[in-house]
Amino acid sequence: MRTYTPKDNVQKKPYYTDRYWVAPQVAKSDVSEDAVFAADLEAIKAKYEVLDAYIQLGQMVVVINAADNYGVIELLKNEGEYNQLSELSAIDWLAAEGKFEVFYQMLSMSKRKRLRVKCKIGEKESIESVEKLFRSADWSEREMYDMFGIAINNHPYMKRILMPDDWEGYPLRKTYPLQGDEFAQWYEVDKIFGKEARDIIGPENRDSARVDRYDTERFARLGHEVPRGTDISQGEPDTPLVYQEEGGVFMIDKFNAEKSVVISDRDR
Amino acid sequence: MAQHQVNYLKDGGLPVALTTIDKVVNWGRSNSLWALTYGLACCGIEMMASGASRYDFDRFGTIFRASPRQAELMIVAGTLTKKHAEFIRRLYDQMTEPKWVISMGSCANTGGMFNTYATVQGVDRVIPVDLYLPGCAPRPETLQYAVMLLQQKIRRESANKSQKPKRLM
Repeated sequence: MRTYTPKDNVQKKPYYTDRYWVAPQVAKSDVSEDAVFAADLEAIKAKYEVLDAYIQLGQMVVVINAADNYGVIELLKNEGEYNQLSELSAIDWLAAEGKFEVFYQMLSMSKRKRLRVKCKIGEKESIESVEKLFRSADWSEREMYDMFGIAINNHPYMKRILMPDDWEGYPLRKTYPLQGDEFAQWYEVDKIFGKEARDIIGPENRDSARVDRYDTERFARLGHEVPRGTDISQGEPDTPLVYQEEGGVFMIDKFNAEKSVVISDRDR
Repeated sequence: MAQHQVNYLKDGGLPVALTTIDKVVNWGRSNSLWALTYGLACCGIEMMASGASRYDFDRFGTIFRASPRQAELMIVAGTLTKKHAEFIRRLYDQMTEPKWVISMGSCANTGGMFNTYATVQGVDRVIPVDLYLPGCAPRPETLQYAVMLLQQKIRRESANKSQKPKRLM
C-alpha cells in the first residue's frame, strides 16, 4: 500500500509544479458599464457593503460580508426578481486563507439572468440561514453543515443529511483523507461488533489494498478460485469444470444416450 | 406389455427410492430458496431482471420476499455504505436459519471502485458470505449460475449443520 501522506498542507505545497504552467483565468469585466447588472449592483451598494463585483461569463459575481447574506439575498429576491436559488454550497480555502467561501447561485426566470453572491467565513463562525427566503436552501445548508462543518443560524432542522448522525469529521474538507480517518475506517465495526472487536481484527485487516496470497478465507486474493478455507501453501488444487447434474441430483437423472431406447414399432 | 414390471434385483424388490433425510431436506431447501428483496444499487436492477419473466427465477424456486422473516437467501446487490451497514446486519439477524448470503457484484465483494470513507470495503466485513459473484454489474445469467452453485453447495452440506460464527475481518 502506498504510504499515506498527510494532506493538511496540500494547498500550500503542491507535490508537483510545472514552471511553464499558467493557470487559466476567466476574463472579468466591469459591472458599471453593463446594461443588465448595473442596476442590481447599485441597489445592493445602496444598502450593503460590496467588497468586490465583476462579470464573468455573462454572470455577475458580488462579494459581500458574511453578516449581510440574508439581507442581500432578500433584496435580490424582492427587488431584483431573482426568484430561484439554484445552488448553495461552500469551498474549503482553510489552508490557503483560513476561511470558507460560501456561494449562492441565483437565477431570475423573468429577466433571464444569473448572479452569484459570495462571502467568506472563518472555521468557527456561523452564517445566517436563508431557508425562509428559499426552501431549496434547507437541504443545501444541511449538506454544507454535513460536508464542511459550517454552522447555520436559525435553520429549522440543523442535522446531518448524508452521513450518519453519529459521524465525526467533515468529509469534504481538504484535510479529510479520502479513505477516512480512524473513526471512519472502524465505523461499522464499532457500531456492529463493538470497539473491542478492533483488537481481534487488527488494523492490517482493514487495509482494503491488503492481499494475502494464501488466505483463502477472503475474497480479494490473487490466484485461481478454490473452495473457501483450502490450504494452498503447497500449491492450488485443480478446479475441474462441473455441471449442475454431476454428482447426482435427487429425483433427477441425467440423460444417458446408451441406455435410451428408440421405439421403432409405431403401433406398439 | 409388462411396462410396470417390478425389478426384484433393485432396491430390495420394492417400487420405492431409498435416500437419506439429509438428501430430502437439502433437496427441498435448495429448490425453494426464497430470497430477500435487497437491491442497494445498480446490481439491484440486474437482480430484478433475473426475477422477471425473461430470466425467471421462479423456475429455480427462488421467489423474492419482502420480509426477512420469510427469506433464507440474502442477495446483497450493490454498494454497502457505512450508514447502511447496521441495517444489513439487523436484516441478516432477522432472517430465520438456515440462511445463505450471495455477495453480488464488485462493490459488495470488495467495495469495488468506491475505495472511500463512506463505503464498507466488502460486505463480508459485516455478515458472513457464502458465495461471491464477480462482475460490475453481473448479468442475470451470472446471478442464475450463482444461485445454481449455491444449490450445489446446499446439497453437499449436512441438513442440520450448525452455523459457523462469522470471522471478524
